[in-house]
Amino acid sequence: MRDSTNLNTKTEMIWNPNKECMSRDEMSELQGKRLRKIVEYVYHNVPFYRNKLQEMDIRPDDIQTIEDIRNLPFTTKKDLRDNYPFGLQAAPQSEIIRVHASSGTTGNPTIVGYTRKDIGVWSECMARCLTAYGVTREDIFSVAYGYGLFTGGLGAHYGVEHLGASVIPAGTGNTEKHLKLIRDLGITGIACTPSYALYLAETMDKLGIRKEDIKLRIGAFGAEPWTENMRKEIEERLGLKGYNIYGLSEVMGPSVSYECQMQHGSHINEDHFFPEIINPTTLEPLPNGQTGELVFTTLTKEGMPVLRYRTRDLCSLLPGTCDCGRTNVRMGRIEGRSDDMLIIRGINVFPSQVESVVLSMPEFAPRYMLIVDRVNNLDTLQVQVEIRQEFFTGVFDTPAAVDQLEKKLAAKLKSVLSISAKVQLKAPNTIERSQGKSAHVIDKRKL
Amino acid sequence: MTIHQLSIFIENRSGTLIKVLDALKEANIQIIASTIADTAEYGIYRLICSEPLRACEELKNANVAVALSGVFAIEIDDQPGRAAEAVKAFSEAGISITYMYSFLLRGKGILIFRTDDNEKAAAVIRDNHLKSIDENDLSALA
Ligand SMILES: [Zn+2]
Repeated sequence: MRDSTNLNTKTEMIWNPNKECMSRDEMSELQGKRLRKIVEYVYHNVPFYRNKLQEMDIRPDDIQTIEDIRNLPFTTKKDLRDNYPFGLQAAPQSEIIRVHASSGTTGNPTIVGYTRKDIGVWSECMARCLTAYGVTREDIFSVAYGYGLFTGGLGAHYGVEHLGASVIPAGTGNTEKHLKLIRDLGITGIACTPSYALYLAETMDKLGIRKEDIKLRIGAFGAEPWTENMRKEIEERLGLKGYNIYGLSEVMGPSVSYECQMQHGSHINEDHFFPEIINPTTLEPLPNGQTGELVFTTLTKEGMPVLRYRTRDLCSLLPGTCDCGRTNVRMGRIEGRSDDMLIIRGINVFPSQVESVVLSMPEFAPRYMLIVDRVNNLDTLQVQVEIRQEFFTGVFDTPAAVDQLEKKLAAKLKSVLSISAKVQLKAPNTIERSQGKSAHVIDKRKL
Repeated sequence: MTIHQLSIFIENRSGTLIKVLDALKEANIQIIASTIADTAEYGIYRLICSEPLRACEELKNANVAVALSGVFAIEIDDQPGRAAEAVKAFSEAGISITYMYSFLLRGKGILIFRTDDNEKAAAVIRDNHLKSIDENDLSALA
């Protein structure tokens, strides 16, 4: 299946140059053709979509080119939940060969069925990711994502097999045994969450295994948000190079997009997953380069295709040919979740913007709280941050010095948010540590 | 010539000052003098105490934002006009006093202050025969 007609030095690390380096015209044509087919397919096989399209007075014939995608209805997480378990499945059960379920924090999980062809496409996309990272048939590759209902483990596993490297299905269980295998077998690649990679590093320290004792050289990290600082730390401690992998089970699983050697955004497998960026409030498509909500349409999926699925992830798209030779569009780092968007004085504010400013100043701990209120019909934003113990030095023996630090943060916030925020400095460890982004916001404007 | 003062960031919330005082009590640290410079939302609690270096570590362990600052301590007779004389000596030398507080210890008046120029201030103290006291003296008095 691998295309080798176009091999040169650049394409050595490209699994499928025919698709990954396609001209833009050819790609648009292919996407248009596949969109027509998928709309026709769901119209006849998924009552949910047929009803939606009929309500909007759209017939499959109305969809001719990829641009026509703008006329199609959106699909949300709620739609998937409301149609639990198999309401959005398009293929008959006899064609479904695997089912994954994504954990829902509330209510029903999302059930996704895959046909044999879907598993093939997924493995192909995964092989593209791994090849971009530099994985070859010579590698011994450990999959340390959870195996099971979660798409990470099996998704990566099938990709490694498809590529032809040796897969070690380690899972997330026995970390010490896993490390022994990493060392004794000379495992060269690993796929896991970035936090598990750090846990591996900690366990190595505990066991006295040095990075010189192991041969790991490539890490495929995803399934949770991570920062450049985490990347540096993991690379330093495990002695490998870390690459981003992105995906979501509603669309496929890991392999929707992947970093190449340039590490300037993640290339989207857009012959299978068509991306759009929309304004989460107006739902209007946004031009390339602007940050908004990422939306995917599966162009080839048979089991459970989705039209314009709203991921809630906020990012921007970077078009143009990459220095690696690929032409498929890249997505930037996930900047936040659209659920978290606040509208303050008419301006869209994301807690993640505040986070990036706070993280950029070593004086503050990486914890913060946004307090939004309305005073005399005017929205107010207060940002609480904790001063870091190490940065509270002898110069802070007067309120004037503290005020200066507050002003420095306020100025940075203003330049990033475009609205002014009042900074309130808090003592160390007084802001609650929290998991979800929404836990960083108190909105008192209940009118 | 300076002594250690603890500068502590405390929020204007009930319980924050108690937390600091409890931690000091727990560590068996004796408070010799203290003052608070406060704003609407927080205060800087300035503290002269026994074993300031150990006190600082103990407070850090208790998650308190604390730092050590160098301040001058001079002893003046407990009589009217003595503090004014001392301050005058500094202003005549062109030194500004960032903040100052005073207290009585065993009948002696102690003036604590920070200046924008410690070297010059030390010279003024010598030239004017002001009685600078160090941490040992303070502990002995306390
Ligand atoms: Zn690239």
